[in-house]
Amino acid sequence: MSVLPGHTGLKPVSALTHAEVLRVRNDFPILGQTVNGKPLVYLDSGATSQKPTTVLDAEQEFYEQRNAAVHRGAHSLAVDATDAFEAARATVARFVGVEEDELVWTANATAALNLLAYAFSNASVGDSDTGAGRFALGPGDEVLVTEMEHHANLVPWQELCRRTGAALRYIPVDDDGDLRLEEADRLITGRTRILAFTHVSNVLGVINPVETLVAMARRAGALVVLDACQSAPHLPLGLKALDVDFAVFSGHKMLGPTGIGALYGRRELLNAMPPFLTGGSMITTVTMERAQYLPAPQRFEAGTQPVSQAVAFGSAVNYLQETGMERIHQWEAALGQRLVCGLASIDGIRILGPAAGRARAGLVAFDVQGVHAHDVGQYLDDRGIAVRVGHHCAQPLHRRLGLTASTRASTYLYTTADEVDIFLEAVGKVRGYFGVSRGSGS
Amino acid sequence: MSALEALYQQLILDHAKARHGADLADTQESAGCRPGQGRSHQLNPVCGDEITLQLNLNGGTVDGIHWHGDGCAISMASASVLTDLAQGLEPDALRALIAHFRDVMRSRGRVEADEELLGDAAALSGVSKYPARVKCAMLSWVAAEDALSQALAG
Repeated sequence: MSVLPGHTGLKPVSALTHAEVLRVRNDFPILGQTVNGKPLVYLDSGATSQKPTTVLDAEQEFYEQRNAAVHRGAHSLAVDATDAFEAARATVARFVGVEEDELVWTANATAALNLLAYAFSNASVGDSDTGAGRFALGPGDEVLVTEMEHHANLVPWQELCRRTGAALRYIPVDDDGDLRLEEADRLITGRTRILAFTHVSNVLGVINPVETLVAMARRAGALVVLDACQSAPHLPLGLKALDVDFAVFSGHKMLGPTGIGALYGRRELLNAMPPFLTGGSMITTVTMERAQYLPAPQRFEAGTQPVSQAVAFGSAVNYLQETGMERIHQWEAALGQRLVCGLASIDGIRILGPAAGRARAGLVAFDVQGVHAHDVGQYLDDRGIAVRVGHHCAQPLHRRLGLTASTRASTYLYTTADEVDIFLEAVGKVRGYFGVSRGSGS
Repeated sequence: MSALEALYQQLILDHAKARHGADLADTQESAGCRPGQGRSHQLNPVCGDEITLQLNLNGGTVDGIHWHGDGCAISMASASVLTDLAQGLEPDALRALIAHFRDVMRSRGRVEADEELLGDAAALSGVSKYPARVKCAMLSWVAAEDALSQALAG
């Protein structure tokens, strides 16, 4: 069994069994349908996951029985709604190994990263809040990302640098898609103020060495931002144990609804950081001239929040926890190997990221030589197989790999080995269908 | 014929490989256009497909479309078909051709292609039933429309 940094439960446990996966599937009504006359094979969970009935019911139950404005009003329903909202926060916080006042609701991970970037931005234009100076950036400072980042963990930092005069640097990847750690060591210096990187790449499936990178950042005094979008849904995650300063993830990728995500930040950092969005529900005292702000998490939750989504997100996390994150992780790791081994045996397929036998998440992106990813996806869709095609919001990474687009199959706890085999059989026929002769390149 | 076969007819797959007109050097800058020449770069941000297309006018008719691009079979075949169709057309005729093609593409299968007008491009009608792919088919046609305006302005 693989032991990853940040695992909370290290008891040896086995992967989900085939019978358990079949039982899990019964909880997901959408998986039972046919697409283009074929049973749906959903291999796009990396983009968004499907939702179990319990999550759908939780959202409906909230509206039917507990709906009211939270954190305002003294009537009983308002108290009920606030309790449900805050209980969900505690559930999600526990799930990623942090305290509940360190978890801020956001619309999604992109919104969480923008919240951070704009808080730094506000500190940089001379916000007078006590202690905010440590977040101020200017010329001579550097923000370090990696070449494999999703645009959500790249563009907000580009914009922050543009606004403040700080410089953006990146840790390059090698031909196998691994971060070049010797370059990371060289690039992380006293000038580095922020190190932002993804835990698991949404394209390569590679699991980055968080502990090594955090140690480098600590030596340089840089703050660490972890994009946990592809790790929080799929493996046991302890953000405190990983010792990152901030982390972000999205509810919709982990069985929850859209419109809800989270930002984790160390308490002392969140309480010292200037707010991003301001307005109702995040203040203590307001005069006609100025306002004072609540501590985190309310400090960052201006206006009416996505309450029913938060409640349903809590329900999603309960579902994952009851199924067992280590068991889900192991099942997906096995599916990832099945995918990569199967693809490697097909002529004219180039796998992006770790080769068969090396650790990877339960997703694989690949290039079919001579056939554009769009056409691959169309062929698979005709057989009821849903995959992602395109650049997967990682244009710089694709450019680095000499591609403009790839095809990605991504699994989750409800994916069966049979589905992987149906997918592999179909991929094996793609080049023949498009008349690409054996061995010819693109 | 299944929907997939209607989408990827042999004619389309052949054009996607032949790529008529795909002989524009990708180092040419649009600043280098002479009068009667127009060049347009179009990008589909969803998938990263792109094309740079140059259109030349000579004596009031289209005298050569040259392009380079990277994309799916639909977008490459579409550019190849357009290159053949546009040759020798007057600007108004090319505009009418593009307008009809756009109508067919956006119709979700409801507007039948005028085969006399569209020629080989009628084989792309199947695309209209796949809304996610219409942009692929339109990419070079939008580029030609833009390049034509520039050629006439220059």
